[in-house]
Amino acid sequence: MEIVVCVKQVPDTTEVKIDPVKNTLIREGVPSIVNPFDKIAVEVALQQREKHGGRVRVISMGPPQASDALKECLAMGADEAILISDRAFGGADTLATAYALSTSIEKMGPVDLILCGKQAIDGDTAQVGPGIAENLGMPQITYAAKIEINGDTVKVDREHDDGYEVMECKMPVMVTVVKSIAEPRFPTVKGTMKANRTQIPVWTAADIGADEKRIGMPGSPTQVRRIFTPTQRSQGQLIQEETAQQSVAKLMQLLGDAKII
Amino acid sequence: MAIIVNQEKCIGCSACVPVCPFGAIDMKNGKAVINENCTMCGACLPVCPVEAIYREEIERVVTMDKTEFKGVWVFIEQAGGEVKGVGHELLGEGRKLADELGEELAGVLIGNGVEEMASEVFASGADKVYLVEGPEYDHYNTEAYTVAFVDLIQKFKPAAILVGATNDGRDLGPRVAARVRTGLCADCTDLSIDPETRLVLWTRPAFGGNIMADILCPEHRPQMGTVRPKVFKKPAQDMNRTGELVKVASKVKIEDLKVKLIEILAVCTSNCKLEEADIIVSGGRGLNKPENFAAVEALAEVLGAAVGASRAAVDAGWKPALHQVGQTGKTVGPKIYIACGISGAIQHLAGMSSSDTIIAINKDPDAPIFKVADYGIVGDVLEVLPLLTAEFSKYKAACK
Amino acid sequence: MKFDLNEDQKMMQKIARDFAEKEVAHGVEERDEKECFSRPLYDAMAGLGLAGICFPEEYGGADGDVLSYILAVEEISKADAGLAVALSATVSLCAWPIFAYGTEEQKQKYLRPLAEGTKMGTFGLTEPNAGTDAASQQTVAVLDDDHYVINGSKIFITNGGEAEINIVFAMTDKSKGVKGITAFILEKGMPGFTFGKKEHKMGIRSSQTMELIFQDVRVPVSQMLGKVGEGFKIAMTTLDGGRIGVAAQAVGIAQAAMEASIKYSKERVQFGKPISANQGISFMIADMATKVDASRLLTYRAAALKDAGKPYSKEAAMAKLFASDSAMEVTVDAVQVFGGYGYSREYPVERMMRDAKICQIYEGTNQVQRMVIGGAMLR
Repeated sequence: MEIVVCVKQVPDTTEVKIDPVKNTLIREGVPSIVNPFDKIAVEVALQQREKHGGRVRVISMGPPQASDALKECLAMGADEAILISDRAFGGADTLATAYALSTSIEKMGPVDLILCGKQAIDGDTAQVGPGIAENLGMPQITYAAKIEINGDTVKVDREHDDGYEVMECKMPVMVTVVKSIAEPRFPTVKGTMKANRTQIPVWTAADIGADEKRIGMPGSPTQVRRIFTPTQRSQGQLIQEETAQQSVAKLMQLLGDAKII
Repeated sequence: MAIIVNQEKCIGCSACVPVCPFGAIDMKNGKAVINENCTMCGACLPVCPVEAIYREEIERVVTMDKTEFKGVWVFIEQAGGEVKGVGHELLGEGRKLADELGEELAGVLIGNGVEEMASEVFASGADKVYLVEGPEYDHYNTEAYTVAFVDLIQKFKPAAILVGATNDGRDLGPRVAARVRTGLCADCTDLSIDPETRLVLWTRPAFGGNIMADILCPEHRPQMGTVRPKVFKKPAQDMNRTGELVKVASKVKIEDLKVKLIEILAVCTSNCKLEEADIIVSGGRGLNKPENFAAVEALAEVLGAAVGASRAAVDAGWKPALHQVGQTGKTVGPKIYIACGISGAIQHLAGMSSSDTIIAINKDPDAPIFKVADYGIVGDVLEVLPLLTAEFSKYKAACK
Repeated sequence: MKFDLNEDQKMMQKIARDFAEKEVAHGVEERDEKECFSRPLYDAMAGLGLAGICFPEEYGGADGDVLSYILAVEEISKADAGLAVALSATVSLCAWPIFAYGTEEQKQKYLRPLAEGTKMGTFGLTEPNAGTDAASQQTVAVLDDDHYVINGSKIFITNGGEAEINIVFAMTDKSKGVKGITAFILEKGMPGFTFGKKEHKMGIRSSQTMELIFQDVRVPVSQMLGKVGEGFKIAMTTLDGGRIGVAAQAVGIAQAAMEASIKYSKERVQFGKPISANQGISFMIADMATKVDASRLLTYRAAALKDAGKPYSKEAAMAKLFASDSAMEVTVDAVQVFGGYGYSREYPVERMMRDAKICQIYEGTNQVQRMVIGGAMLR
């Protein structure tokens, strides 16, 4: 079974802070990590390979340092990694990114299953997976909380409203996964050493035969006009009485006054 | 367009370097240089003390005659015989955009036996409803809905489309946008019309909610965006209002659909329907032990509220993921949100800050949640919760 | 002279750090409180390959260097010093001598499972009457046809009772003194090989320390490690390398204590400001940082020498001596920074202080280290 996992290297946005004086983002000292949802997708791929055999390849579009993220996936046990990197890809929005990735996946040969994380924790758009599926003419199932493969059929429990939809589809199919589907394994020492020794191939825009009008900034319909720090809600009232009982009583009184209850 | 640092003006102060959210500025030979990580966000422009950084316009390939595209559309998501709240919320907002543009507002209704829902769509302000019906649309299906939607877009050419950012909306939106090759902005929290260009200005959080971005889709049509439920309020409905119903034939055959729905597993009891709830009581790490969630649920029961959980509580296995509120969980906007033992990380706030009233209980007076709470009790949540539950019980009994 | 870690070493450090933060840190207080060693946790750690880092692939290892392994020991020690010593005793004290002195069969049979993490090891040298005076071995091994019969006991053995593979030193010829000691590989479960009392210790309580008892244990000659009479040399050279592991453990403990102190001193407010604003505290932290850094550099340098195949005995002794003394000072100061809370079991630093003490004692007391260094300097 041929599995391809799309992976993105992202800044750890849970560590990002705002400079209180300048009101700007402090990106220094924020580590770059494998997007947590993508790591989970790699784990799902490895589990399926363990059950059904086959090959797990990971692909990422990014600057040269994104190969560190790919190395981590190799250290977890992925068979091969490919980095697509080119100045021409820079400034890509989700449409251009999906085009670059799908064009690359076409060059990788026939694929049975494409796995993506639900969303990247920097962009939070959840758009690239479906974009790739569209470009490759593949069906898609998003928000997979459970996946089962029987022969050529994929069965997915899809998170929906207040429960799950059980969906079925014949491969090839693109699936995006949510957190609860799997816990990513730790990379092993051997896996790490092997990953470090591996020369990860880098494909440029020319290598993948990309239409230069559809990649990078030229291929991005959306543009950022400006960035600003969010205005905070103004702080309300803090209640800290002697006893919890008194605090609660005061709250009830304030709520009543404000006609909230 | 590119962002360029004028090397002569640059004084090498490197004030721009840490401000770039994407690490796209390097110092080379004492001057700032933009590298390929640049996304043109412009965060560096205002920071430069000598105004050495500027935006350079480049030729864009114009692929379509944008003047043909008119009107604002709202995707009317429906399920179980009901229109989802987010559809109405977007009609309300869509109406404002359409009025500013002086153009039409239309609802897109795709389903099976859903024609009678058109009247409430008109009631919320739509001038038109495009209707595509058939058994193939009985339940949301990516392929079927995408074909129908794209068909409508190609026939009727809207300038802008709003889709609710529900699981289905976030499944459909990017598929449609990719097929039509246009721009889609996800999870917008604010929409407006840029007066100069008459483009929709999409405002959305980025970097896990740490910053906000204003986005435009200048050259491609339709301009598309998704909006989370409860970000906007449902508009007042005028049931006397009517509009034009445009029925369009379905191009989809049910047997051609590759993804099949086998069954639906309803896991949540009413207390996890967070997106529709008027009151939510949420618990976080401050509860200390999973057993203590019972106190949260007791209060929720008395208030008839849904139960939410922070990412920390879900990661610790105290509550299933379907209860998670936050950047990577559900976004909610109830009338009252009570945060119990939740510190208030930005990612959590991103999921609930559009609530009308926020009440927080936390023993740390410096917890970030208090900065956004309208009312905050500093105290031990395990002490406060039962007392609060008792008070609300008394209050309810007194009201009867 | 390069002071940077290479890619392999950085990734090894990251693997150990991630594992320590995500898996080991949880429950360390409980393991310390209940004096219980967790074999499942050791298995998970060794399952990642941390026990095989510096052994060749042909024996189940990862072909990495000693420094990478030392980095792993340091990272694990930050979270749980007891788990770290379970690892370093298995790797440095049991697996290494088999690697250095074992026959090909012994390496495949014993080194492989230790490196792959499926088995644990011990180093049985210390006896009730033979501590620093290791040459006074009273455990005897008498040749009987193609077996040695071993009688005696060992105390204070790390991993004793849990480890499947045990290196045991015994006197084969009393008349030869130090040259009459031979090393043997004993397997748990061999008839006559039992375990005595479990030690109740001041610190590293999540590590199991037990007495090994030998009553007419018949060990085939094929399980003799090295040559007859070579035992003392094996013991001493093994301890040389083991010292680097102890130094790394001490560095990890001290680093954790220092980080906890820095964090606390910024949060604890007295007289309207954090206590870190006082020089009394900031000076303590400055001293901690200097000691930890110096200990670390001595440790890495010793590991680098071993990797380069150069003599490292003196440098390893220096590292162990300085790092363990520093760890003791740093942890005592850490408790001081925490004040009354530092003395309470609800805060981590008192455990770190209790853990640090053993580093000054085992694998050669710091007095022995001074003998080694002095001896090397005054040759």
